[in-house]
This record gives sequence, C-alpha cells and structure tokens, in this order.
Amino acid sequence: MYGKGKILFGLAVFLGLVTFPFYSNLGKVGAVPEPSLNTPVINAMRDKECVESEEFMEAEHMQLLDDWRNMLVREGKKKYVNSKGKEFDISLQNTCLNCHSNKEQFCDRCHNYLAVKPYCWDCHFGPKETNWTKETDV
Amino acid sequence: MGALLSFVGVSILILFAVIGAKANMYTLLGVIIPYAAVAIFIVGVVIRVVRWGRTPVPFRIPTTCGQQKSLPWIKQNKIENPTSTAGVIARMFFEIFLFRSLFRNVKTELRDGPKLDYASAKWLWFVGLVFHWSFLVIVVRHMRFFLEKVPFLIQLAENLDGFLQIGVPGLYMTDVAIIGAVTFLYVRRVVIPQIHYISLPADYFPLVLILGICGSGVLMRYFTKVHIVGVKAFTMGLVSFSPKIPEGIGTIFWVHIFLISVLLAYFPFSKLVHMAGIFMSPTRNMMNNSRMVRHVNPWDYPVKMRTYAEYEDAFRDKMKAAGLPLEKDEEPVEQSEEKE
Repeated sequence: MYGKGKILFGLAVFLGLVTFPFYSNLGKVGAVPEPSLNTPVINAMRDKECVESEEFMEAEHMQLLDDWRNMLVREGKKKYVNSKGKEFDISLQNTCLNCHSNKEQFCDRCHNYLAVKPYCWDCHFGPKETNWTKETDV
Repeated sequence: MGALLSFVGVSILILFAVIGAKANMYTLLGVIIPYAAVAIFIVGVVIRVVRWGRTPVPFRIPTTCGQQKSLPWIKQNKIENPTSTAGVIARMFFEIFLFRSLFRNVKTELRDGPKLDYASAKWLWFVGLVFHWSFLVIVVRHMRFFLEKVPFLIQLAENLDGFLQIGVPGLYMTDVAIIGAVTFLYVRRVVIPQIHYISLPADYFPLVLILGICGSGVLMRYFTKVHIVGVKAFTMGLVSFSPKIPEGIGTIFWVHIFLISVLLAYFPFSKLVHMAGIFMSPTRNMMNNSRMVRHVNPWDYPVKMRTYAEYEDAFRDKMKAAGLPLEKDEEPVEQSEEKE
C-alpha cells in the first residue's frame, strides 16, 4: 500500500467514529424508564384518566400543551373540552401538574432518557417535589 | 428512465418494510438487516480504501488552477497549486468542508451566434453544501438515540438546529433544508437535458433513497408519531449487542430503519463512497512538485541496458576502421601506457 501511514490513520479515524456508539456503550446500558403515576392525587382517583386517552397523551402531549397555550394566551379560552365532552381548565400548573405532581419521575424520566429539553420550564414553575413523591416512588 | 426506476425501486423497498412490519418480521427488520448493513458498510469502505491505497500513483497528477511555484518574484498560489504538505492540507480542507472545486462550476450555453457562453453556476455548489452539511448535522443529532448520556456538543447541535422553536416537537432547520436540497438535486437531473442525458439509475437512486429516509423521519417526528421511548430502547439494544424489539413502535419506524440499512449496505458499492474517496483523490491530495523531486515509476521493470559509451568501447576499432565519428577518439588507456 502506498502512503500507508496516512491511509491507516484515516481508516483508524473512520473506524473510531463509526463504532463510537458501540464501544462507548459497552456494559453501560441502563433500564428503559417508565413514567411514574404514583402521586397522591392520582392514587385517590377512581377512574384514572388523563385529559385524553393514554395513547393520545403519550404521542401528542406536546401538541396538546402547545394548543392549550395558544387557546389560552391568544384566544382567551379558559376551558378545554376533550373528545368525551368532559371539561378541563386550561392550565399546566393547576390541571396537568395537579395530578402529575412528580415532574422528576413523570416528565423528566423520558425527556432525560431521550435528551429532550422542553421549554415549558423557561416560564412555568415546576411542581414542588415533596419528600413523599421522591421516596415512595418505585 | 432511471428517474422513474429509482422511484419504483425505493417504493418496493418501502413496501417490503411495511409488509415485514405487518407480518411481525422484526428479527429480520430490526436485528439481522441492520447489523448486516453496518458490517457491510464498515468492511466495504475499508476494502475500497485499501484497494485505492494499493494502486500506485507514480507521478504527480494534481489538477492545478493557480500559479505554479516558479521564479522567486512570481507569486505562487500555495493552495491551488501546492508544493508543501501544509498547502495540500489547506486545499483538502477547502475541498472537503466547502467543496472548493464545485464552486468553480460553470454553465456552458450556446446562446446566440456560434460562440459558447460560459456563466458562473453556483447553485449546484450551494445546494450541495446545504445537503451535505444538513446530512452531517442530522447524523450528529441522531446520536442521542445511541448514547445513554447525550454529550453537550450533540445537544448543542440539536438546540441550534431547533433554534427557531417553531411548533412542537420543534422544527429542525436541517429537516427542511435537506428535503429541499435533495429535491433540487433530483429535479436538476431531470430538467437539464445535458445532465439528464448522462444520469444513470445509480445517480437517481441514492437521491430518492435519501428522500425516503428523510421523509419517513419527518413523518415520524412531526406527523404520525411513534413510540419514541421504545425507539431508543431498540437503538440502545442494537449498539449494546443485546437487541430487543419493544412492542408497538409503529410501522413507519421500520420503514425508516430499513431504508437506512439499505443506504448503509449500498454505500461501499456506489458513488456514495466518495465520502472516503475524496480523501484518496490524487488530483486533490498531491503536491505539484514534479520540477523539484524526481518521481520514479515503481512498476518500471529493471531492463538490462547497454549505454552508448559501452557500445563504443566494444566497437571502437571497427568504427574507426570504417571511418565513423567517435565520441572518445583515443586509444584505450592500457595500450597507450605500453607504447611509452
């Protein structure tokens, strides 16, 4: 091979970059996170139901929150009627976080896992994490 | 022909992935094909590079487009006509990161009269640059699916890319850019008659394939959502060699993964391998020092030669007798000593 040193160096860089995800994860892969629903308000509920169905919330919660923001801030609507005709106050802090008072175990688990940084908390306060939510969570 | 064929080809691939996902062939789609594709990609590229490395390039063949090193009072263009390693590195840098030679692309046109018109054509350079850089940023962004703790630089790339904060999930600028750029590159081949004439299926296919990959990715992120935590569980399983297939990720994801696998496996056998080839191109990476260094062809056969001086020594008497002109018209040294 001609220019052996340079070519081998280049190939080493290539291999180092391409296999980076493989060797950097060796023996370090943790468990897949599961958002926790263990909060006093949710535990006290008879029908454990969110604003919309679980599948919808999992896929579209960011869209819903964005819609809520526009409805409240731009259109002045204070109530949201869900697909079953049930009414909810449009409020992140008073509606969503009333039940999901465990931001660290609910929101942050998946967001951190996927390195998603929603800008909700640029403006909103997160819920105050009590010892109860932190310690009793499994 | 190729323009249509490549669409048909990619459609068949998508159909295969959809049917595979519907038939629950996840071990094939999610484990066997991705691993095989990555292996083919890595081994294939290495083999290509080694094969290029084995090919001798005995003489300097850089394409130069600047003043050669000459008399001291003539200014040399050290980058476009390099005679030093630093010059070559600078030249390669501009070539790889800014597509310097494409910047010189011209349009030739026969407008009115028998004269050819040459005009600067920067669109190909610009769109090519947009395409490649977007692709790089997108690959870097995707590293968040392959690393447990996402490093700061990767998050930075993501934040800058989504800096406009349009909609949720935030719109990435590169997503718009790459789809626009790929579409341009495809339309360019169809619309310009000269380019259309020289375009082969192998020119259209990668573009359509990449369009399919970007399209399925965009669909997943902004429109028909997939089970994203499951996606990361799947990708982490792949890179940690303990593949697992989480339930209910969504068909579109399998299309995405399958098209990427095809791209990776296709890579070393196609024009796409210019990713490695750019580093190996002798017209770019050689110094123009033919007038300073003697370059000997390594495959020259060692021919047994007889110089003219040896020939004359052997036949001097006969040549002299025949009255032929001699270069060394004297008696051999030993004989002249005997006479004295």
